[in-house]
Amino acid sequence: MKDYIKMISALTAIAAACGLLLSVVKKGTENRIEEQVLYNVQGPAVKDLFGYTEKIDEVMPNIMRSRQQITVEEQARSIFVDKQDDKARAVAFECEAMGFKDKIVIIVGFDLEKDSLSGIGIISHKETPGLGARITEAVFRDIFKDKALAETFKVKQDGGIVDAISGATISSRAVCAAVENGIALYPAVKEEIMKKINKNGI
Amino acid sequence: MNLLKELHRGLIKENAVFVLLLGMCPTLAVTGSAMNGLGMGLASTAVLLGSNMVISLIKNLIPDKVRIPVFIVIIASFVTIIDLIMAAYTPDLHEELGIFIPLIVVNCVILGRAEAFASKNSFLASLVDGFVMGLGFTFALTLLGSVREILGAGSLFNWKFVSEDATTILLFILQPGAFIALGFLIAFVNKLTKKKIQGGE
Repeated sequence: MKDYIKMISALTAIAAACGLLLSVVKKGTENRIEEQVLYNVQGPAVKDLFGYTEKIDEVMPNIMRSRQQITVEEQARSIFVDKQDDKARAVAFECEAMGFKDKIVIIVGFDLEKDSLSGIGIISHKETPGLGARITEAVFRDIFKDKALAETFKVKQDGGIVDAISGATISSRAVCAAVENGIALYPAVKEEIMKKINKNGI
Repeated sequence: MNLLKELHRGLIKENAVFVLLLGMCPTLAVTGSAMNGLGMGLASTAVLLGSNMVISLIKNLIPDKVRIPVFIVIIASFVTIIDLIMAAYTPDLHEELGIFIPLIVVNCVILGRAEAFASKNSFLASLVDGFVMGLGFTFALTLLGSVREILGAGSLFNWKFVSEDATTILLFILQPGAFIALGFLIAFVNKLTKKKIQGGE
């Protein structure tokens, strides 16, 4: 009996100490991690999509200010809006689809004037390095650049226009699915953004 | 304690991968490129150092029957801390290794050293052991990663030495290539050390 009490108390004490330490570290790094994702992943992706040529540090404040929170299909979304000369020209927002190992999150940009796809950026994924992870390469992402929304965003085996990465058809298909998700959402997003802009100004 | 002798022990004589055959899961899974092997090795070394130190300090407080769960809790905590710190301060490296870091918890090199060494030895000895074993693990992973990257992608540390559209042996980047390359490397190391290797896990 004494043994059991000793074992239980030792294990409990150590687990509690580790738990406490972890919660401290988690709290301490939380803001910084969120900032890193915003600055290192979302920001540069948005910059590419909107075709800003300035340095990332210069456009970052603009990009951050351009974020709008709206609710589309009962889901809160944060939308990046590209404004020039007091007009909203483009929007970008995140979409996801299931990849080979985990969900792939991409950001999809749309041209508001031409109602076309302006491009995609990869936000997060857990695909196999050297294979599926190559969805992040420009060669693949550029397939989605400046395309009409009516195009079939499927890999070529499935009768679409997308050249799948060799050895990574599943990952390529997932990106296509995420793009299609984004296209499906786009009309609603555009409506909401326009409503918001007409109400509040830019 | 002779540091040079310890180093030889960690890198060659008792190399975690080539001789002890420990930590096979990350060894086979993440060595698709030299850079990934190196990063995984270094991250594991950091966890190994931390867990060896803490375990050698509290070894007398842990009842023998619950030592394994205690080791696992400590190792998992270190892995999570490293994961969070890397995400916050070295986002590039974290991006590169992201999916492999949680894998360190199940690396039996770390649990193996905690059980076989840190729980029986002094703080300083455990520190040195963690360091040399981690270095040996890093060395093995980088070597395996290099071989697979050279054969499978025609590059080394992302530096490509064949033309863009040259045919490479894709098999070596894929999982079967890991087994094949590791098998040949182990055979090669055995040949070099020229004696029959006894035991293992």
